[in-house]
This record gives sequence, structure tokens and C-alpha cells, in this order.
Amino acid sequence: MKKVDAIISIALALLLSFATSAQSLPHTATQVTPKSNAAILKQPLAASAAPPTNAPAAKELLITNATILTASHGTIKNGSILVRDGKIAAVGANLKATDANAVVIDATGKFITPGIIDCHSHTAVEGAINEGSLSVTSMVRIQDVLDPYAVNVYRELAGGLVTCNILHGSANSIGGQNAVVKLKKGKPVEEWFIQDAMPGIKFALGENPKRSNNLGANVTQRRYPATRMGVEETIREAFIKAKDYMREWQEYEAKKANDPQAIAPRRDLQLDALVEILQGKRYVHSHCYREDEILMLLELGDEVGFHVQTLQHVLEGYKVAKEIAAHQTGGSTFADWWAYKLEAYDAIPYNAALMTQRGVITSINSDSDEHARRLYLEAAKTMKYGGLTEEQALRQVTLNPAIQLGIDKRTGSIEVGKDADFAIFSAHPFSVYTMVEMTIIEGEVYFDRKQDLERRVALKKEKEELMKKEREMRQKGHMPTGRPAQPQPLPGAIDEELLDHGHIKPETQEVRNDQ
Amino acid sequence: MINKIKVFFTLLLLMVSLAGAPLNTAAQSNETYAIRNARIVTVTGAVIEKGTVVIAKGKIAAVGANVSVPSKARVIDATGLSVYPGLIDSGTTLGLEEIGSVAGGQDTAEIGDNNANLQVIVAVNPSSSHLPVARVNGITTALTAPQGGLIAGQSALINLAGWTWKEMALKTPVAMHINFPTGDGAGGRGGFDFGPIANPRSLVEIRREQDKQIDKLKTILNEAKIYGEAKDAKAQDSTLPKLDVDLKKEALLPVVRGQMPVVIEVQMARDIKKALEFADEMKLKIIISGGVEAYKVADLLKAKNIPVIIGPVLRFPANEDDAYDAPFTNASQLMKAGVKIAFQTSDSANSRNLPYHAGMAAAFGLSKEDALKALTIYPAEIWGVADKIGSIEVGKVANLIITDGDPLEIITQIKHLFINGHQVPLTSRHTELYEKYKARP
Repeated sequence: MKKVDAIISIALALLLSFATSAQSLPHTATQVTPKSNAAILKQPLAASAAPPTNAPAAKELLITNATILTASHGTIKNGSILVRDGKIAAVGANLKATDANAVVIDATGKFITPGIIDCHSHTAVEGAINEGSLSVTSMVRIQDVLDPYAVNVYRELAGGLVTCNILHGSANSIGGQNAVVKLKKGKPVEEWFIQDAMPGIKFALGENPKRSNNLGANVTQRRYPATRMGVEETIREAFIKAKDYMREWQEYEAKKANDPQAIAPRRDLQLDALVEILQGKRYVHSHCYREDEILMLLELGDEVGFHVQTLQHVLEGYKVAKEIAAHQTGGSTFADWWAYKLEAYDAIPYNAALMTQRGVITSINSDSDEHARRLYLEAAKTMKYGGLTEEQALRQVTLNPAIQLGIDKRTGSIEVGKDADFAIFSAHPFSVYTMVEMTIIEGEVYFDRKQDLERRVALKKEKEELMKKEREMRQKGHMPTGRPAQPQPLPGAIDEELLDHGHIKPETQEVRNDQ
Repeated sequence: MINKIKVFFTLLLLMVSLAGAPLNTAAQSNETYAIRNARIVTVTGAVIEKGTVVIAKGKIAAVGANVSVPSKARVIDATGLSVYPGLIDSGTTLGLEEIGSVAGGQDTAEIGDNNANLQVIVAVNPSSSHLPVARVNGITTALTAPQGGLIAGQSALINLAGWTWKEMALKTPVAMHINFPTGDGAGGRGGFDFGPIANPRSLVEIRREQDKQIDKLKTILNEAKIYGEAKDAKAQDSTLPKLDVDLKKEALLPVVRGQMPVVIEVQMARDIKKALEFADEMKLKIIISGGVEAYKVADLLKAKNIPVIIGPVLRFPANEDDAYDAPFTNASQLMKAGVKIAFQTSDSANSRNLPYHAGMAAAFGLSKEDALKALTIYPAEIWGVADKIGSIEVGKVANLIITDGDPLEIITQIKHLFINGHQVPLTSRHTELYEKYKARP
């Protein structure tokens, strides 16, 4: 009997401590162990598919003689940037490194922008991006399913992309928790998370949570909500529950000081995330299209007590830009993607410019790993459509998404004290003839076109040698050991293409997620 | 049968109008224009730094530095602006679809393996909002092509303005479109499906299926050939038994006789090689479309003198271990090998982004001149309309754009637009919504 009591009391104690710790929000993206930038800098790059990069042994990096598009305070011609311990130490003319071992990059004739930021990405997510079983899945987390070896990450780095807001899909009225990362390819994924980024969550309105498209023959998968009315009620109901839950915890906290027998409410991971939203500790990033649903969410936030940090896609944001601006809500949209579904039929490429001109902090996002590698060109479209200035346009993929993600104190522009995140271009980043030559994250080179080209030659040679060797062994009648099981060769001679392609499944045409 | 009659009349109309006889068809403008003080990028000749283009009766009537302006001409002062030929998107579904998720507006892909008798032109919706969206960014002409089945049907070259599809048709039919079966588990557009990813087939199975599908194509073409022979024989000897009309075989006659080009939609290098073997065996005149791995067989394509319609350029490489920029460098590698190229978006709603596909290829090695030519005169040559469009030359259709800069650059604005000699307003669904909501208090 005594033993059982002891077990129960231990279990209770454990439960209590677990419940108490819920108050300190362990279930967030910020639980990743912080590491200093210096520590990161000292680590050599792990082996990866990426070409080896110049991981600087020196603490200082000096980039000289470039045209610097700061995104915050204009363009500096013939400028230099001094980086120390992964941070921007100085920006200006004729800078000198204090460290004799500093890495120097001569960027004569080149253009430098802040590292590109994508406020709507699904990159490196392993498997499905939707937990589609319920319409409220605030408990699931993108941070748990990131694949640092995803091939697209390198392709994105080759487009100057540094920071991504990796979002859950849009199947649910309230989706899962997002992750804000830097694409530190070759580093353990734990080091990708931006430690001080505000945690966030995906909401979704309109056709996707309604599931009016794409169900095909699976009509049995219909579920509530199936209308925009139902989406509003689903979100309202979830927050009503969350408020009750929050009150229960507050009452418990108040009671517990005087009453050691007080029993904590049962922990609910789904509601924990919603409570964080109500307490202003978690950003809402809501997928939306039409003006009606945009206005609905802003009003619902006012009613229930949550702030919408960004409206994602927000293709009709230009129709209610005034209302969005009044709520201090950001808009993250596409440059010119439209007509792929009914709610995208009134999408116009002037959206970002109109919202900007009405005072909305606006960004251009990709929602596509392929578009993500040329976001700088997507940003240029906001100059063409609606006449944003060059700096306003550049901010669409740098400073503005940083503000929207709450990371503008550390990145998004080229200013002293910020992270040394850059893209170096061969020509003006808004020229169609430009090319990213180098991508730098916190002072480390993660993409270098020159090295990429050199590595191609080496890889080609290595591949030819390996194929030759394998061919010879096959001709001698024995397969190399240790090779994974392969399909039986076709009748006849050795199939060169099987050697060539058999090991990698070709990718099909890129399709936008819109999710 | 109705289709055939429509096509007949379309062709008749084209023949008549091109012969120059009645010029009062609504397709062409009776207005005379003079674009003065412009930088004229003729594409086929030297750039004229300051000159005049005269448009009359829908055609380019005069081009040069010292051209007299007809008294009745409406004058457009293009000081500081440049005139270019209208851009040509060599692969689209323009006019065939409106809203992706709404089935009612989707006319891109018919059911069935053999759709040889389909004419895309009759399904082109002249009121589609995609057309003005594309043309206000300088796309004046597009190949619009069917997509469904092994043999998808016959494409048309359309000008992106006109009251009816008849007025829009610049040339129809242009080519027979075949979705080449892939043996690589990737690539081909809408050809056929290898089943859900959850149950992937081995390469061996995929290739067996490919061979089966290629055999099927050969059978279809051989049967058309035999049908043609029977028809010829019947024409010679009326005592032979009656031959039932077969519309699909009828449609394939110009193909098997080498009179109509075949556009083969194919992406991977191995499949392209197979497609070339297939074309040799069947004695087809072919054009490769898509060709994301065409650069790997560039020399072969050059040896056989096969043009490639590249695109979309803005896409991922075909394989995980390909260079990240493989789709971007494809064009320059083909050009270097001497292959004739043109660009396509393979899109409808965003056909307007055609110049940026070419621009990306130019960023990665293609010369700016070739990038522009691959949007103008090269496609005109490939599609057999180099006498009508693709450059600024006297006698050609007045499809012109007047810009404040290089049309391949994103920030360049189109200032005036001419299609068939009509000055087309620079408005679209997008500009209209923009103006409406810009004015919201």
C-alpha cells in the first residue's frame, strides 16, 4: 500500500512540475539551446552536398569596394563592410580589418543586399506540411520535422536566400506552429533556428480550410468547416476554449500560493499555443485571399483579443489596405501569381505597392522553393507594378519580412550591429541579367558560385571514374559489394542510363504549394 | 466535321487576307500611325538609333531614319523610347483556361490517347482575361497548344487581340502536339501518369511502359499512313471499296507525309534521344518542347537540325544532383552547339513573365541579342511565320511594342502596344482593379 502511495505521490509531483513548467512555455521554438555566434563561427562545416565553403578561421571578414544596398538607409557606392564575430562591425568607405588574418572579399563591381528573407516558405519540411485531420492543430510544430539535407536548401542559398519563415500548411483554420530559420546548410538543424524570433502559428481562411478544392473523389474527407462562416466560428470557438483554459490556470496560480493542495488544470497542448497568442507571445500568420475573410479575421481578433501579425498571400489586401494598416497588421503576398483558383482571380501585381502606399508593412514571399531562389526579381516587380521606390522594393524581401517576423533587430538590413547576412550579386539585384555570386550568413560563406563551378568539374570527373570502374566490374561479372539493391538490368547490354540516373529519383516540375 | 469546316474557313480567311486583297477585315486596322524619334530595334537588321516606323493597313509600311510621315498618320512621339517587335510565347494555354480550380473554364486537355483531330483554335476564348494581362507586358503573339493524351491535337499561333478567334488566328493549325512517354519517371507534360508516388514503379517497369506507349504511337501513325495510301489508291481507282472517313487518321495525314511539324513535349535527355529515334523511324519533322535536359544532347539535336522550345526556364533542375542552374544554362549551351531555340512559359495566367524566362537564360550565358531573338525572329522561323512577324521589317504584321527600355528587364514599362496595326489600350483586369481600388477613399 505504502509503495503505491509513494508512486502516486511521485507521479503527482511529476505532473505538477510538468504543469507548472507549462507556464514557462516549454513547448515553443525558443527551447533550442542558445549558442553564441562565435561558437558557430568556430565550427567547421559538416560534410554535405554543398560545395565546401570558406569557413573563416578569422573572426573578421572584410568585403570591399561594392555597391551596398542597405535596405534601411539607401545605397552606398564603393563601400565596404567589416564583419566581426558574425555581426556587422562597420559599413562605409575605406574600412580596414583590425585582424591580420581577416578574410577579405574584393567585391569590385558587385552589388550587396541584405540576405534575402522569405516570409512564407515550406522548405526543408520532411513529409506533408499539413496535419489535416482536425481544423485546429495548434499543437503540431514544424520545428520537429525539418530536414537539413533537403536539396532545395542549397538551391535557395544560390538565390541569396538566408532566412525563412517555415509555415505549416493551410488545410486548417488554425494550423501548426512555424519555425523561423536561417539556412545554415551543413550545420545541425538545431543551429538553424533564430533564437530570439517570436514563435508563431499558421491560420488559414477561405478555400483551403473549407476544403472546396483538391478533394477530388475523397468527398468523404469533408469536414467542418465547409464555408467561410464555419471558418470564423471554428477560430472563435477555439479561442473561447483557450480563454477558459487560461483563466483556469490563472486561478490555479493565484490559489497555489496559499493552498498547496490546489490541483493544476489538465495541460492541453492545443490550447497552450492559443493562450500564447492571447498573451502576445506567439504571432498569428494567417493565410487568406478575399477581402471579406481578411476583414473577418481582423474583427474577430478585436473581439476575442488577438493580434494578427501577418496576413499571408492576402491577394485582395489592396481592397482593404486601410483596415489592415489600422490594425498594424503586415501583409505578405506574391509578386504576380493569380487565377489558379477562384479566390485568386482578383489578385493583381499592384497589391504590394497599394498596401505599402496605404501604410501596411508588406513583403513578397515565395510559398515555393523554386520562386524562393529568385525573390530579388520578384521584389523588382513591385517597382514595375505600382511604382515603389528601389529601396521600398528591396525591403519587400529583406527589412519588411524581418519586421513581420520580429527579427529586424538582428537582420533585414545592412546596419552596424546586425547579423552579417548578405547576398552578393554580379549586377544590380533588380536586373534580370544578375546572378547571385555569394551568400553569407553571420559572416560565413554558405554559397560561392566560383566554388560551385569548380566543384562541378571535380564531381564530373569523379562520377566518370566511378562509372568506369563499375562498368569494368560488371563486365568481369561481379557487382560491387555494398551497393543497394537495383532493378534488374534490361535485357541486352549494360544500361548506361541506369548507371547515370538509377540512384536518384528525378524531380518532377515544381508546383507551388499554396498551402 | 464542324471543326474541319471552321479550320477551312480560317485558313481561307488567312489566305485571302495575306494575299492582300480585302483589307477591311476587322483583324487589321485601317488607321495609319507614325512612331517618330524612336530607337528602333529591328532584330533582323541594325538598330536605328533615331527613326520612324509607319504602320498602315495593319502592316509595317516603312522603317528608317529618314522616312516621310504620311499626312493622315496619327503621330506617336517616341523620344527616349524604343520600338521592338512584339514578343512571342512559343508554348501556352492562353485562351484555353481561366481559373485553375474551376473545371468549367478548363479546355486544355481532352480525354483519350489520340486527339489528333482536335483544333485548339476553336476553343480559344477571345474574352479571356489572361490575354490582356499578357499583352500589356509585350506578349503580342502566342502558340496556344492542347495538352491531353499521347497525341494532344493541333496548336495555333494567335495574336493576343481580336474580336473573335478567327481574327486572332495568325496561323492555324501550326503543329501536331505529342506528349512523349517518359522512361525517366519525370518530365513529360500530361502524357500519362505512372501512378501514385506511394507505389513507385522501378525504372525497368517505367521503361517497359514507355516502350509500350511508343509502340502505340507508331501504330497510330502507321495506320494513318496506310489510311492515306488507301485513300490515294481509291482516288486512282474508283472501283475499290468505299473508305470510311476517319477524322483522326485524316488529321494525321499531313504529319506522316512530313508536311506538318510535330511538337514533341519531352524533358529528359534519354527520352529526347528516344524521341529523335522515333521521329527518324516515322520520318517526322519535329520540334522539341520543354527539353529541360536538351543541353545534354545538344550535339545530337544540332546534327539533326531539330529546334528546341525551351521552357519554362524558371523551374527546378530535373535531377537532385544536377547543377542548381541547369535550367538557366540550357539555352546558352544549346545555342553554343548551334541549335535553334525559342522560349515558352508553358503557362497562361503568367505568360506575361516570358521575357524573364529569356532574361534568366541571358544571366546564365545566353547573349542578350539571342535572348531577344529567341522571343521574336527565332520562333517566327520555327513556326513558319518569319514572313509575317518576329522583326521590324516592311510588309510584316504591325505587332509592335514601344518601351522605356530593354523589354527583358522587369522594371521596363510598355508605353504603347500595337497588334495587327491596332493601337491596343494598355489595360487589363489587373490595371482596372488597380485603378478602382487606388481611388478608394
